[in-house]
Amino acid sequence: MTYTIEGETGPWELVIGLEVHAQVTSNAKLFSGAATEFGAEPNSQVSFVDAGFPGMLPVINRECVAQAVRTGLGLNAQVNPWSRFDRKNYFYADLPQGYQISQFAHPIVGTGVITVELSDGSTKEIGITRLHLEQDAGKSIHDQHPTKSFIDLNRSGVALMEIVSEPDMRSPEEAGAYLTKLRQILRYLGTCDGNMEQGSLRADVNVSVRKAGEGFRTRCEVKNVNSIRFVMQAVEAEARRQIEVWESGGTVDQETRLFDTSRGVTRSMRSKEDAHDYRYFPDPDLPPLVIDPSWIEELKAGLPELPDARRTRYVNDFGLSAYDANVLTAEKETASFYEEVAAGRDPKVAANWVTGDFFAMLNRMGKGIEDSPVSAKHLGALLDLIADKTLSGKMAKEVLEAMGETGKAPGTIVEERGLRQVTDTGAIEAAVDAIIAANPDKVEQYRAKPTLFGWFVGQVMKAMKGQGNPALVNEVLKAKLDG
Amino acid sequence: MHPTDFTIRGALEALNEGIVTSEALTQAHLDAIQALNPRLNAFITVTAEKALEAARASDKRRSDGLAGKLEGIPLAIKDLFCTAGTRTTAASRILGEFTPPYESTVTSNLLRDGAVFLGKVNLDEFAMGSSNATSAYGEVENPWQRSNDDGVRLVPGGSSGGSAAAVAARLALGATATDTGGSIRQPAAFCGIAGIKPTYGRCSRWGVVAFASSLDTPGPVARTVEDCAILLESMSGHDPKDSTSANLPVPDFAAACARGVKGLRIGVPKEYRLEGMPEEIEALWQQGLDWLRAEGAEIVDISLPHTKYALPTYYIVAPAEASSNLARYDGVRYGARVNGEDLKDLYERTRAAGFGAEVKRRIMIGTYVLSAGYYDAYYLKAQKVRTLIKRDFDEAFKTVDAILTPATPSAAFAAGEKQDDPVAMYLNDVFTVTANLAGIPGMTVPAGYDRHGLPLGLQVLARDFDEETVFAVGTAIELAAGLKALPQVRAFA
Amino acid sequence: MSLDLQTVRRVASLARLHLDQGEDQRLQAELNDILGWIEQLQAVDTEGVEPLAGAGASAMPMREDVVTDGGQAAAVLANAPDRAGEFFAVPKVVE
Repeated sequence: MTYTIEGETGPWELVIGLEVHAQVTSNAKLFSGAATEFGAEPNSQVSFVDAGFPGMLPVINRECVAQAVRTGLGLNAQVNPWSRFDRKNYFYADLPQGYQISQFAHPIVGTGVITVELSDGSTKEIGITRLHLEQDAGKSIHDQHPTKSFIDLNRSGVALMEIVSEPDMRSPEEAGAYLTKLRQILRYLGTCDGNMEQGSLRADVNVSVRKAGEGFRTRCEVKNVNSIRFVMQAVEAEARRQIEVWESGGTVDQETRLFDTSRGVTRSMRSKEDAHDYRYFPDPDLPPLVIDPSWIEELKAGLPELPDARRTRYVNDFGLSAYDANVLTAEKETASFYEEVAAGRDPKVAANWVTGDFFAMLNRMGKGIEDSPVSAKHLGALLDLIADKTLSGKMAKEVLEAMGETGKAPGTIVEERGLRQVTDTGAIEAAVDAIIAANPDKVEQYRAKPTLFGWFVGQVMKAMKGQGNPALVNEVLKAKLDG
Repeated sequence: MHPTDFTIRGALEALNEGIVTSEALTQAHLDAIQALNPRLNAFITVTAEKALEAARASDKRRSDGLAGKLEGIPLAIKDLFCTAGTRTTAASRILGEFTPPYESTVTSNLLRDGAVFLGKVNLDEFAMGSSNATSAYGEVENPWQRSNDDGVRLVPGGSSGGSAAAVAARLALGATATDTGGSIRQPAAFCGIAGIKPTYGRCSRWGVVAFASSLDTPGPVARTVEDCAILLESMSGHDPKDSTSANLPVPDFAAACARGVKGLRIGVPKEYRLEGMPEEIEALWQQGLDWLRAEGAEIVDISLPHTKYALPTYYIVAPAEASSNLARYDGVRYGARVNGEDLKDLYERTRAAGFGAEVKRRIMIGTYVLSAGYYDAYYLKAQKVRTLIKRDFDEAFKTVDAILTPATPSAAFAAGEKQDDPVAMYLNDVFTVTANLAGIPGMTVPAGYDRHGLPLGLQVLARDFDEETVFAVGTAIELAAGLKALPQVRAFA
Repeated sequence: MSLDLQTVRRVASLARLHLDQGEDQRLQAELNDILGWIEQLQAVDTEGVEPLAGAGASAMPMREDVVTDGGQAAAVLANAPDRAGEFFAVPKVVE
């Protein structure tokens, strides 16, 4: 079923393509030795190269190239052994050189594809047109002074990967799913931290609308959208705007727009470049970027397992449900945590504990997996205590709570609190006998109403301070009451 | 003999033997500058205090047995090289009082070897010009005068006009320069000194204000071929800060000067025989070939068929790169600023006021040839012709070891001549520009005089990174020519 | 190809060069002279010829991913025509 928006003249289809700018994870900038850390003091991470000083020259950072190659491999894309940097010329306050060093004619990575999962359980392939390396610009701050803008060049020269998709998406959901998947792959690869709040990942969203069976109509580009939710909202808002324009007899002009997140609408950028003419030409300061095939092979061999492969393995080898496998592979950290818990243990039990009580606990505490007070090692040890019957499931939940509060190992908590499951049938029989003896009326009622069995279990467990092995308690009670 | 008359080789020996100190040598040059610079305008900035301080430090190093290869030699630095703590102007108003916090690699290398900097010398604005007339700091006068008319001020050539005039007039023992289309070789020829544009990549461009990055080549000018070799050896070397710097060892250039030319095959490109070329230049060229033949070289006729397209190719490539390289001069981070109504207006007024007419002309041409719809017809076409020009040389060097040509189509011309016709001015570089497009080394050696007694030079070209052959051939010409005349305007004349 | 006045003004705007009264016409004449002279290149047969972008190395060298620069805001800002604290300052830009 094609997603459509209903206009006055009937349904409209959406055509969406994304240009994603992903900040490359690296210590130093693309062409200089200045640092890339977020949130530093203004202009404190600026080399004279980044500030466009006279006579300064760029020298490329090897790791940034490696990261682009890894990303290309992760996107199942062609890595080009010969690529080149061009200058994109335009004037802007936060563009110190008067040009951005980018790759226009010969990008480092060519066409690729990624598969996205949609909420109805279906999947869709989205084409990648290209990936290229380029410099980020500095930052203009407009709200600090009534008549001036302030310029901070800390970001100037930080390496970006621009990842351009084919116009293959047809709904806000698909756009969201694409960006989610792309972000997941980048984070798995460790090539971009995917932090959209800090601007490490931002999307330019190209949207057009059309009637079924038509070719493409004019598109507009919504610039710099910085969350997945906003991407989906921006698609919808821009599509509705264009439908209104077309339906009122107007024409959509190809232009750059901004998404106003507070009002949920897009608006034309006021500071439009007078007729974009970037005068791209090969940067004469930089010879071609030639990548040895053996280096590509080396980087390929060092790639981590990506989410699709991992998910398939969880389903096929571990016997997990598709749902659990999805949840566990959504973030690389979660998957690593899970695998450590599952190592040498029952993978399904491990999955139940991680996605169940453990996640619930993190939720309650408002923490993420990276700052979890319970380590994977400790959670695994807890599962071992269940497996060797030291703890019942119920006791284990209590111990997990205590682990969350204290950060201690489960063994320590069991020791400290004397929480040891009783599996000695003699002790259980004694407790059962005592309860039966004390409650002859209930025993009488039980004959007519077997559902009272649960009440007896509760009384026995209570008497045993919850430490009776539930299966044995059940077994003994059943024998005594029915016998 | 006055200390300003030393060659670099001679001064090094005199310093070593204690005949002169660097302080005395430096003071003599500062005195000469003080006396003659008001007339010649070769220096934009004279750093007298710093120079004397450096000279005294140099004398100390020498007495401590720590003398470098250029220990104590006073040099002039083209004001296109960034010098830490000393204003660097590129002879443009737009840089204002810009004072770099860094030292260019080439000047760092010279300082490492003990050189003493006298100051920053004049040039065409951003090195764009062939007469030094486009400098925001005024024209430079050529120290040579026509024998028949000493009232005419002659241009020193450009863009390294200040470097060439200063060295010719004995205001410095040598100077750094840069060559994008002939900016070392043409002024050296006009001022009767030697100058070499080494292979592209031999000297780092780091810290040199960029004009056209794929062509810009730092190099030295000096009064002898050997002095050029000594300076070039110090200036050269791999620089990890310049991605186009060649990672090759630096040969002993001075030793190569003495190699001789016996057995070398010298090419004579027929395309350099221009229609209407003055007879004396044609005759000098023939003379040079005869000298080399007499020394045992074999003269071979060759063809460089795309020569006539080199200048128009250059005048697309260089302005295109320049239009982009000069975008950074926007009045935001350094340099002069002219305020405007908004940012765009600030840019436009700053750049309109900061750049001179020739720079603006080239920015306009460069912007135009790169703009949408014209890129293929101009820029891409020029790049393809550049391939053909390079190919011509590759072919030629299969059969010859070096090429000999005239350096310039005329001797120094009068100030004000050719000023109104950009294309006529551009033709000055007709013999030199091909080496920049191909990247190969080229040197101008003084070889004779025109009918008015003005110096004329010959140009030696060789294969990529074969400066040694250039020096060998250059020395042979220098020895055979045995020139004795001195410029009329010179220190202690 | 010859430049009309409108193109001269557009190119000047792209290059951020303010043109004074009459300067556009003077530039138009000069640029057309130069372009006319450059036109001779069209006569060269470049069929199948690869463009040559630069004369330098055939492959670019790479630096290691180590922080070696920065931490010099004072030097970066020292030549600034206008600044506010540790920022460069320009007339307000409206996006």
